[in-house]
Amino acid sequence: MRRILGLTALALLATTSLAQAQETPTQTLKIALREDADALDPTLARSYVGRIVFASMCDKLFDINEKLEIVPQLATGYAYEDPTTLRIDLRAGVKFHDGTTMDAEAVKYSLNRHLTMQGSGRRGELASVDSIEVAGPLTVKLHLKSPSSPLLAQLADRAGMILSAKAAEAAGKDFSLRPVCAGPFKFVERVAQDHITVERFPDYWNAKDIHFAKIVFQTIVDSTTRVANLRAGAVDLVESVVPSDVATVKADPKLKLITSPGLGYEGINFNVNHGPRASGPISKDARVRHAFDMAIDRDALNQVVFNGLFPATVQAVQTGSPYHAPGVEPKPRDLDGAKKLLAATGLPLPIKVTVNVPNSPTRIQAMEVVQAMVAEAGFDLKINAMEFATTLDAGDRGDFEAYLLAWSGRTDPDGNIWNFWHTGGPNNYPGYSNPDVDKALEDARKTSDVKERAALYAKAQIQELADLPINYLWSPQNIVGINAKLTGFVPVPDGLIRVQGMVLAK
Amino acid sequence: MLATLGKRALQAIPTLTLVSVLVFVLQQAMPGDPALILAGEDKTPELLAQIRHELWLDRSLPLQYLHWLGGVLQGDFGLSWRNREPIAGLIALKLPVTLQLGSMAFVIAVCIGVPAGIVAAVGRNTWWDHLANAIGLAGLSTPNFWLGIMMILLISVHLGWLPPSGYVPLGEDWRQSLATTIMPAFVLGNAIAAVLMRHTRSAMLSALDQDYVRTARAKGLSEWRVVLRHALRNALVPVVTLGALELGTLFAGAVLTEQVFTIPGFGKLIVDAVFNRDYPVVQGVVLITASLTILLSLCADLLYVAINPRLRTG
Repeated sequence: MRRILGLTALALLATTSLAQAQETPTQTLKIALREDADALDPTLARSYVGRIVFASMCDKLFDINEKLEIVPQLATGYAYEDPTTLRIDLRAGVKFHDGTTMDAEAVKYSLNRHLTMQGSGRRGELASVDSIEVAGPLTVKLHLKSPSSPLLAQLADRAGMILSAKAAEAAGKDFSLRPVCAGPFKFVERVAQDHITVERFPDYWNAKDIHFAKIVFQTIVDSTTRVANLRAGAVDLVESVVPSDVATVKADPKLKLITSPGLGYEGINFNVNHGPRASGPISKDARVRHAFDMAIDRDALNQVVFNGLFPATVQAVQTGSPYHAPGVEPKPRDLDGAKKLLAATGLPLPIKVTVNVPNSPTRIQAMEVVQAMVAEAGFDLKINAMEFATTLDAGDRGDFEAYLLAWSGRTDPDGNIWNFWHTGGPNNYPGYSNPDVDKALEDARKTSDVKERAALYAKAQIQELADLPINYLWSPQNIVGINAKLTGFVPVPDGLIRVQGMVLAK
Repeated sequence: MLATLGKRALQAIPTLTLVSVLVFVLQQAMPGDPALILAGEDKTPELLAQIRHELWLDRSLPLQYLHWLGGVLQGDFGLSWRNREPIAGLIALKLPVTLQLGSMAFVIAVCIGVPAGIVAAVGRNTWWDHLANAIGLAGLSTPNFWLGIMMILLISVHLGWLPPSGYVPLGEDWRQSLATTIMPAFVLGNAIAAVLMRHTRSAMLSALDQDYVRTARAKGLSEWRVVLRHALRNALVPVVTLGALELGTLFAGAVLTEQVFTIPGFGKLIVDAVFNRDYPVVQGVVLITASLTILLSLCADLLYVAINPRLRTG
C-alpha cells in the first residue's frame, strides 16, 4: 500500500513538474506568410494575411471550427431575445495584453470603434447594428436595425475582435503600430515586409493550450522560396503552398502536407450590364455564356493546372457548407451541346471574347487551358494578363468583357453571394440584376433558420446558373506545408492558423 | 574642391524636384485605384469615398503634390497607406539593408571582376582567358532570380550551409548578418563582376600595348609590377566610370534579389509599394534613391581625380 502511495506521489510530482514545464514554453514557431500584412489594427485591417496574424493576437467574440460551426471565444454564449436584439454573454477573467479587463464596456467600446472610426473596414460588416447596450458587467446587447443572420459570422472575424479601450484611446490612429488585444500572444515588433514577432501572453484565458514562447511571422512572397525555407528548416509552417510545389513537399520526409477545403472560389465574371463593354454576344445572350460553360472540362482543368487539388465547382458556396445547393454540381463537358447552342444563336463564328486575368502564372495557365477548350466550340478567347490592381480597377469600371476573379471566401454564404449578385452590390462586377435573386438574398438575411436560408440560397443559386453572370470554375483548397515535428494543427476552412494546441517536438 | 561640391549640391535641387514631379505624375498615370486596393475585398462605396478623402485622392493633382511636398520639406514623408507606418522610419530601416547588400555585392563584383579581367588580359588567348570569358558570359546571361533560387536550393536546402532567406542587421549579430546576405550579395554582384571583368580585360589589353609598358619592361621591372603598377592604374579610369554607373544597376538588381531572398530592403519596399499603389512610399523611396545616385556620381567624379592626377586643377 505504501509503495502504491509512493508511486502515486511520484506520478503526481512528475505530472506537476510536467505541467510546470508546459506552463513556460520556450520554443519559437516560425510561420511563412505569402505577403506582408497591412495595418495591424482590427478596425482598419483589410488583408487576408493580416487575419492570420490576428488569429494569434486578437481573440474574437466568436470563432469558427473545422466544421464551419460558430463557437464561443471571448463570448460564452448568445441568444436572440427577439429578431433584432442579440444578447452576448462574455467570458469572465479575460485580460488584455496591457492588464486591463475585457468586459462589456470593452466590447461596447470596440464595436463602436469598428462602427465609427474613420477608414474602418468593419463598418459595412456591422451595418445591421444600430446600438450596443451594456446589460451587465459581462453582458452586452446588440440592437439591430433589421434581422441579420450573417452577423454572428462577422463577429467570428475581425468585426468581433475586442481591443483594450485604454490602449486604443492612448494610441489613437497609431494603434496599429502597437496593437493591444486579448489573444494568446502579444505584439513585440514589426519590421515591415520582413517579419512580425509576437510573444506568449502569460495571462491568456486559455494559456494551457499555448505551447510556444514566440511566433515569428516571416513574409516570403515567392512560393518556391517559401517551400525552400520550409525544407531548410528556417520556418515551421508555410501557408498557401501552390499546387506546383506540392510534390516537393510530399517528397520530403521531414515535412507534412495538409490540404483542406477552403471557402473561396475562382470564376469568370461576364460583363452582362456594366457600361459600354457589355455589348458583345457573350454579354447580351445567356445562350452564348452557357455554350462557353459547356465547352469547359473542369476536371481536366483541375488535373492539368492544379494537379487535381482544386476541385471543380459551379457554386459560390463550397461543398461541406449547409448552404451548398444540393444537386447543383459541375456537369461533364458537352462540346456537341455547346456547338449546337452556338449554332442556334445564329451568330457568326468564332465569337471573340477577351478575358482579363490577374498576372499570375497559374491563372494564366488555367485560362490557356480554357482558351483551348472553348476554341473547339467556336470561341476566340483572348487572354489579357494584367497586374492585379489594374484588373481590379478595370473590373470596377466595367472595362472588361470577361474577368477571372478570385474570392477568398467567407464563413457565412451571404459573404460569398450578396456583394456579387445583389443589384448594385460592391463586387457585382458583371452588373447583374435579377429581382428574384435580390428577393431571395434579402429574405435569407432575415432568417436564422438554416433550412430556410439554405432553400433561399439554393433558389438564388439556380437562378444565377440560368443567367450565368459568373461562371464558377474551381474551389482553391487550403494547402499548408508543415515541419513533420509540428503536431496539433487543425485546418479550418477559413485558412487561418490557430496555434492553440499546436506543439513542436524537439 | 568645396566650390565644386557646393555647385553640384545646388544643381541637385532642380534635378530632385523634376524627379519628384515626374514620379508623382507617372504613378498617377498607372492604372489602378489606390482606394480599391486599400479597401480590400470588403469594399463599399462609402468606404471607398472615405479612403479617397482621407488620402487626399479626391483633391486636384497639384494640390496633392503640394501637400506631399510641404510635408517632405519639413522632413515628414507621411504615413504608408498600407501599413500606416511612418515612411521616414521605413526608409531609415530599409536603406541600410540595401546599402549593406549593395556594398557587399560591389566588393564581391570588384574582387571577382577586376582580377579576372587582369588575368584574362595578361594571359591573352590562353585557357585562362577563355575560362574568364566563359565565366563572364555566364554571369551576364544568368538571370538574378534564377541564380538566386538555384543557390537557395543547393546551398541552403541540400547542403544546409546558409539560411535560405531573411535578414539580420549587422549591429544585431554580424555573423548572422553576413550569413543572410552573402548569397544575395553574390547573386547581385555576379552580373556586375562579369561586366567589370570584360571591361578590365579590354582596358588592360589596350594599356599593355602602350609604349610606357614596353619601357617599364625594358627597365627590367618584374611582369607583375608592370601589370599592377603601370598598366592597371591607367586601365582603371574607365573601369571606375563603369563601376559608378553599375551602382545604379545595383539598386535596380536589388529589386529582384531582395524579392527572392526576402531581404527587407529598398528594392522590396518599392516593389510592394508599387503593387499596393502606396504612392507616398514610392515617392519617398524614389526621392531618396535619386539623391543617392547624385551623391554616388559625385563620389565617382572625386575618385577619377584621385586616380588620374591629370584631371586635377588648381
